Amino acid sequence: MEPITTHTGVGVPLKQSNVDTDQIIPAVFLKRITKTGFDDALFHAWRKKDDFVLNQEPYRHGTVLVAGPDFGTGSSREHAVWALKDYGFRVVVSSRFADIFYSNAAKQGLVAAKVAQPDVELIFKELEKEPGTEVTVNLESRTVRCGSVEATFEMDNYTRWRLMEGLDDISLTLRQEAAITTYETTRGAFKPTTLPAKV
Amino acid sequence: MAENSAEMPLTLAEKVWRDHVVVRGEEKDGQRSPDLLYIDLHLVHEVTSPQAFEGLRLANRPVRRPDLTIATEDHNTPTLEIDKPIADPTSRKQVDTLRANCEEFGVRLHSLGDANQGIVHVVGPQLGLTQPGMTVVCGDSHTSTHGAFGSLAMGIGTSDVEHVLATQTLSLSPFKTMAITVNGSLKPGVSSKDIILAVIAKIGTGGGQGYVLEYRGSAIEELSMEARMTICNMSIEAGARAGMVAPDQTTFDYVAGRPHAPTGEDWDAAVEYWSSLATDEDAQFDADVVLNADELEPFVTWGTNPGQGVSLSESIPDPAGFHDPVDRESAERALQYMDLAPGTAMKDIRVDTVFLGSCTNARLEDLRAAAEIIKGRQKDPDVSMIVVPGSARVRLDAEAEGIDQVFKDFGAEWRFAGCSMCLGMNPDQLAEGERCASTSNRNFEGRQGKGGRTHLVSPVVAAATAIRGTLSAPSDVTADAPVPA
Repeated sequence: MEPITTHTGVGVPLKQSNVDTDQIIPAVFLKRITKTGFDDALFHAWRKKDDFVLNQEPYRHGTVLVAGPDFGTGSSREHAVWALKDYGFRVVVSSRFADIFYSNAAKQGLVAAKVAQPDVELIFKELEKEPGTEVTVNLESRTVRCGSVEATFEMDNYTRWRLMEGLDDISLTLRQEAAITTYETTRGAFKPTTLPAKV
Repeated sequence: MAENSAEMPLTLAEKVWRDHVVVRGEEKDGQRSPDLLYIDLHLVHEVTSPQAFEGLRLANRPVRRPDLTIATEDHNTPTLEIDKPIADPTSRKQVDTLRANCEEFGVRLHSLGDANQGIVHVVGPQLGLTQPGMTVVCGDSHTSTHGAFGSLAMGIGTSDVEHVLATQTLSLSPFKTMAITVNGSLKPGVSSKDIILAVIAKIGTGGGQGYVLEYRGSAIEELSMEARMTICNMSIEAGARAGMVAPDQTTFDYVAGRPHAPTGEDWDAAVEYWSSLATDEDAQFDADVVLNADELEPFVTWGTNPGQGVSLSESIPDPAGFHDPVDRESAERALQYMDLAPGTAMKDIRVDTVFLGSCTNARLEDLRAAAEIIKGRQKDPDVSMIVVPGSARVRLDAEAEGIDQVFKDFGAEWRFAGCSMCLGMNPDQLAEGERCASTSNRNFEGRQGKGGRTHLVSPVVAAATAIRGTLSAPSDVTADAPVPA
């Protein structure tokens, strides 16, 4: 995972709440067995409409998506994060993210910046006043800047550290292998195992 | 979340968490890094696992505990002609990839055609692999289903699937707890699906974010395990990390005798442990929501997220009356997509299709309840209905009771098991503009097929709707004509 400390790019206003992961990438695209190549699938149904924001210049080349509350609800599909990244997004700004989406984003180096709704509204105004306005996100200072708006965003220290270091989760956990092995010796004997199969 | 200390009263979720901490997170700058939690059961299916197995292969890592891992094929599988190769080449490739990965890594797999194939969240409980006090994960958001047993069960993304395959653990940040107390008793014709739809309408699709929900109160205690699974299943639609019900005698009776249930001394030890898990009397929840089951009626959604619902006897609300501008905009957009006008009585809405299936409502009790309503009655000729049992075992059990014949006589299609039209990854999809009364869990735009329109309902409402052609309660059917002799 590539470390990320700061990012500046064209902001894309997606003025909708409850952008669920079925909208971000419909189920039909989940049949692939690769982790890349999902850029064409992003917002597939909406992109068929000419007035959709990503079909307009200069938003087409955006890298910071600014959306209404409850972004990424529904299905756990990490494909939603892969598709956003494949398209070129590095940051999503929203006042509320679904938990699983938030976690998936952090694992893939996509910054999910939780900005208070009144500030999100101000950013929408800036982006609409001057389409193509860039948004700068700084993890060090936990700030989002867009035109005259400067807002802070919420992010726990651990997630921020992992994003900034670009750390691989599995190697981090495997440093604790001794503790895992010790824990395994304490598990109740009554706990089920899938093998051998008893049917 | 309360700290781990012997004297401190704890909630059910906190106890299960406490008992699975491998490494506790470090306190730093007033924040705690995530705890490393042990995972007791990892459920795998074909959609969210290929990239995870590929990751293991690239890093030359084995599956740490194949004996705590089980796989099934469900999302892509056809519900007709299952003896033939899967027609869609991309679906077939994904299923073939799962088969090859399970073979290579030594993971038990229940393939299409096997009596234990089916929706992953129906298969786990049915085999007795889901038990109280466990941690259960799966690359599927409806993993929350397993919380009905008093286990901590969470949906995860593919990166975490790989992490669990490699380490049998997950790094998880502490959660908040919310008590959802449902007092009173459900009236006839009202079911657990109506409880959870009412809960989501009340707290919203983001109301549960960061929380583990615990459903409690007399109405929950009176529910069967399968009905509790329906409620916990949809916790994710309220944005919650998990949903749980304290294990009790109903839970123990359900688990007892299943293939992987403990036996003999192990059973006694298990029940003793399970009995200790209920929330302590003086434990504190971070949030409280109270509902009265006596006041609940059959519930149905009118919009494009599961929080946009009303009682079936009500009308579509006018977005102009919504105070929050975000909710107003969302409702306007939803009604446009659904092709519905404010003020329309829900019961005046005609449907084209009825789907009885999904991990929410396709267990044996769901099929029985629907069959009870339609028995001896005729389907509206303009409505098509498909019935998709949650697992091959459910299908077999239903056939042993003659339920399949009830559906066939009624004019419904009796299909093979899988996720089917809940998300339409297989050929079972709505056509553009088609309207469906569905016992599934999501009414998102295009969820059941591009341009399809979904109303979420309980199995008995689905059955009544198939008879009358319009969204209907079971009581409407009995009012039309007395129960046949």
